[in-house]
Amino acid sequence: MDKFNTLKGIAAPLPIVNIDTDMIIPKQFLKTIKRTGLGVSLFYEMRYDNDGKLIKDFVLNTSPYDQSKILVAGDNFGCGSSREHAPWSLKDFGIKCVLSTSFADIFYNNCFQNGILPIVVTPEQLDQLMTAASNQTEFHIDLPQQTIKAGNHSFNFEIEEFRKERLLQGLDDIGITLGYQDKISNYEDEKQNQKPWLFKDK
Amino acid sequence: MSNNGPKTLFDKIWSDHLVGQRDDGTSLLYIDRHLVHEVTSPQAFEGLKLSNRKVRRPEATFATADHNVPTINRENISDEQSRIQVETLAKNTKEHNIEYFELSDRRQGIVHIIGPEQGITQPGMTMVCGDSHTSTHGAFGALAFGIGTSEVEHVLATQTIVQKPAKNMRIAVNGKLPFGVTSKDLILYIIGQIGTAGGNGHVIEYAGTSLKPLSMESRMTICNMSIEAGARAGLIAPDQITFDYIKGRPYAPSKDHWEKAIEYWSSLPSDQDAFYDNELIINSDEIDPMVTWGTSPEDVVAVSGFVPDPSSGKTENKQKSIQRSLDYMGLKSGTKITDIKLDKIFIGSCTNGRIEDLRNVASVVKDKKISSHISGMIVPGSGLVKKQAEEEGLSKIFIDAGFEWRDAGCSMCLGMNPDQLKPGERCASTSNRNFEGRQGRGGRTHLMSPELAAASAIKGNISDIRDFI
Repeated sequence: MDKFNTLKGIAAPLPIVNIDTDMIIPKQFLKTIKRTGLGVSLFYEMRYDNDGKLIKDFVLNTSPYDQSKILVAGDNFGCGSSREHAPWSLKDFGIKCVLSTSFADIFYNNCFQNGILPIVVTPEQLDQLMTAASNQTEFHIDLPQQTIKAGNHSFNFEIEEFRKERLLQGLDDIGITLGYQDKISNYEDEKQNQKPWLFKDK
Repeated sequence: MSNNGPKTLFDKIWSDHLVGQRDDGTSLLYIDRHLVHEVTSPQAFEGLKLSNRKVRRPEATFATADHNVPTINRENISDEQSRIQVETLAKNTKEHNIEYFELSDRRQGIVHIIGPEQGITQPGMTMVCGDSHTSTHGAFGALAFGIGTSEVEHVLATQTIVQKPAKNMRIAVNGKLPFGVTSKDLILYIIGQIGTAGGNGHVIEYAGTSLKPLSMESRMTICNMSIEAGARAGLIAPDQITFDYIKGRPYAPSKDHWEKAIEYWSSLPSDQDAFYDNELIINSDEIDPMVTWGTSPEDVVAVSGFVPDPSSGKTENKQKSIQRSLDYMGLKSGTKITDIKLDKIFIGSCTNGRIEDLRNVASVVKDKKISSHISGMIVPGSGLVKKQAEEEGLSKIFIDAGFEWRDAGCSMCLGMNPDQLKPGERCASTSNRNFEGRQGRGGRTHLMSPELAAASAIKGNISDIRDFI
């Protein structure tokens, strides 16, 4: 997995609440059997018209936001389905960090599996960051220090220690868990006695 | 969560599945059953292959194709990408010895319909699937939640998942459900009350006297839409109705283990005085038959009500959001809900594609015809639901009324297959999401119960079932 340490760049403002995963990546793009190549379809219905032409005034279609690595979005970002195609398409477009007042749980988890940092900010901070993003102010995200800087604004943010470690080192969850194989086997042995109907295969 | 004090249903299942826990609360949770479908699994199997890893417990893993499959003429899937996804699932499950309910198998269907139908879903289990509506299985008192594809790979390889414990929320609904009010209305009402982010970080336990007499089918409809309230999972305590439903199903505990299983399941309901981070109490007489008017499942209104005005939003953002929804839906504030004219009716999905739903629809449309401008489609949740509906004569009632009677799958709930709305078409749908473009680009979705959708099909407008019977 890609490591995340610090990130500098302008941020695209998307002041819409409840941006769901169908908006981030519509269903017709879920037919792929790959994780890559979804960036061109990110926010498809907001980004392209019925003839497949770019909608000029959509923020990610305008310069310099078409190069954004950061997204500032309204509350409850990523609600809806569990599709990991949502963070895959963000990542493929180049977005590595999303700022919002809240995220849907599954989307939030999925981001960390793909080296994307979702940051929860307060409503007041979001207002200021949205304005800064609209003014094309350069953002500076520092994961080790847990800070967001944008122009005159500077905020700290919270992140769980385990998630932070994994992002900083780009660690693969499965590799870590496989280190606990013995514990998993012990658990199975113990439960097989207590709940034998769950272990017909053993 | 304390170790010795009174525990909730969630606390009990959680602590019984802990393999390990870090100081910051991050936990390694054992997963009893894993359901797999064609859309969110190919990259997970590819990941296993690239790392030379095996599936830890193939026998605890079950697969079917549902999201992408046609519901008509399905011998040959004409869409190449869809066909490749289905073929890839067949190949992957064969390679890893995973039970696969393929298209030609009667048992094929929507993953959340067939888990319970086969007796795979049982109280006290942890269950996951690469699909957010995995919350459905919570109706059995199983801790069941949706996961992303990377986590699917993690569960395949390790039979565990890395999670932080959720907070406990209890929603009690008390009193007999009023005439015309179903479990779909109940969950739509709840989502309207707490909002689509209201359950974020929580597992919602539904309780109260309204739920006690409900069938497993109705309970599943409630838990199914927990995710629409942002919750990680929904839960209902198992009881005799639960045990009776499971008994004798193919993957239910065998006779040798049945008594022991019942004993364990009976220990699961929340202890008295267990702690909940949040509680909400609802009187059933507050609830009317509900319909969504907008593009979020929280945009609900009683069917006897009116399309809202943007100024009713409490914040500026909410006002903008209402206006955006009204524009997308092509609706004017103040319009009577029952004056909204429809083009299509979709009855099916993991929310309302079970036999009870079809029986309820049949009782409304029997000996009637759907309105001449309406095109209606009924999609059973599984091949076995289809078979049963045909044996009970329901399919004949549907066809005589003018509905199309299809094969099992997710169909127009998400429109990955050819069952889609055209731009501007307005649909009464028994599914779970009314997001922009969900059922087809520019399509307009009104979520409601099967009874309301059936009545609306006959009238041609959104209709109140209470005026109908």
